[in-house]
Amino acid sequence: MNDVTSDTPTEMPDDVRYAPSHEWARIDDDLVTVGISDFAQQSLGDVVYVELPQVGDEVGAGTEACVVESVKAAADVYAPVSGTVVAVNEMLEEAPEMVNQDPYGDGWFFKVEPTDIEELDELLDADGYEQHCESEDDED
Amino acid sequence: MAERRTALYEEHVAGKARMVPFANYAMPLNYGSQIAEHREVRGSTGMFDVSHMTITDLSGEGARGLLARVFANDVGKAAPGRAVYGVMLNESGGIIDDILLYGRGSGYRVVSNAATRDKVLDWLRVHAADFGVGVHERRDLALVAVQGPTALRTFSAATSMDVDDLGTFAVRERNGWMVARTGYTGEDGVEVALPGDQAPALWRQLADAGATPAGLAARDTLRLEAGLLLYGQDMDETTSPLESNLGWTVAWNPPERGFVGRELLARQRSQGPQRVLRGVVLAARGVIRHGQRVDTNAGDGTVTSGIFSPTLGYSIGFARVPHGATGDCLIEIRGARIPGRIVRPPFVRHGRQVFK
Repeated sequence: MNDVTSDTPTEMPDDVRYAPSHEWARIDDDLVTVGISDFAQQSLGDVVYVELPQVGDEVGAGTEACVVESVKAAADVYAPVSGTVVAVNEMLEEAPEMVNQDPYGDGWFFKVEPTDIEELDELLDADGYEQHCESEDDED
Repeated sequence: MAERRTALYEEHVAGKARMVPFANYAMPLNYGSQIAEHREVRGSTGMFDVSHMTITDLSGEGARGLLARVFANDVGKAAPGRAVYGVMLNESGGIIDDILLYGRGSGYRVVSNAATRDKVLDWLRVHAADFGVGVHERRDLALVAVQGPTALRTFSAATSMDVDDLGTFAVRERNGWMVARTGYTGEDGVEVALPGDQAPALWRQLADAGATPAGLAARDTLRLEAGLLLYGQDMDETTSPLESNLGWTVAWNPPERGFVGRELLARQRSQGPQRVLRGVVLAARGVIRHGQRVDTNAGDGTVTSGIFSPTLGYSIGFARVPHGATGDCLIEIRGARIPGRIVRPPFVRHGRQVFK
């Protein structure tokens, strides 16, 4: 997009790790909470449905775990780490707009009990993710 | 190549718009939430920068004859001070573009799409030569659409130009501004063509009077709810108006008027078009998208446009389906066949559901 980019600042908190496919992962009591980044929700626009995984589903790092649909587009959400889904954010059924309003808080998608916690180290930190997003902008 | 900027570019940036490339222009996709913008247009007043659209003035005594040839609707409906919607066809009866034609004291004004600019100008110029008509693109003008149930009041308050008595599809010109009671959202409102250097002041005055800026994304959901087609997506040069739910824009009388595309269109009319454009609504969760397959009682069809409808709270779209397709259908969404229903657009008019 070069000079044609949004001036809207994108939040990239330090307390989560990021996948290049725009999911974030936060470790908390041995569980990994997963959501999509502020950059991702801004790109998607208003979210209208989230098709969550089911509790008990096995997910693999980098593989499709659920789908998020905005007015504009449908996007696959990839699990940033491998493991078993132990909780899903049922609030998104009624209030999918939480993904837009609070992407790192109430807009979380699901929690995973990871099989290999070291997979988290392969994800990007906030600085790395910021550079990744800038390079994606340039490609447009 | 850098995108072109409209006269309102700085206003969009100041309004925190998400700018995207669209038909060689940098245009606002949304100013935060397309659903919120959609609701403003359905509930009060929204304003759109549509300056990327192509404005062309036709001058000379032959202009009426030129339009009788290249415009499938009746040019007579564009009497001075009147506007009419219609299509330009190629020799095969396919749609070159959909346009709004404005009748003026002297000559006509054509507003056509942004993405079709070059081919429409070429087409007009090629035929204009036969009629001695001047074809002048007006890149000096900006185009602002003010739409919503309170749009006329908002516009009058912002400009001290009274438009309450302006009838539907009526056009008024003053001091280089052309104000028409037209739009593409299914709501009341006006579209204003004005010198580009005056557009930022109008934009700010409209905002002060209560109009909310709305982007291309909201424009798309609004026009689809209103049953209005998007060129390049719902129709193109391979589809005729009869296959696009636009038969009503074709003026068959007088029978001797030989408009471009008439011959093939008349044949299609007498045989009945094999495919038609219909509305589809989704009965379950999910969103209909362009390109999805539709399984109907009369055979397979294809979704041309689909959205989540902010007004209705579920997904709606257009699909090109075999003639005779009706009732229940199945829409293939990411491998699953989701139940839907074929309906007659429009879906929403003046904020309310209108289809059965």
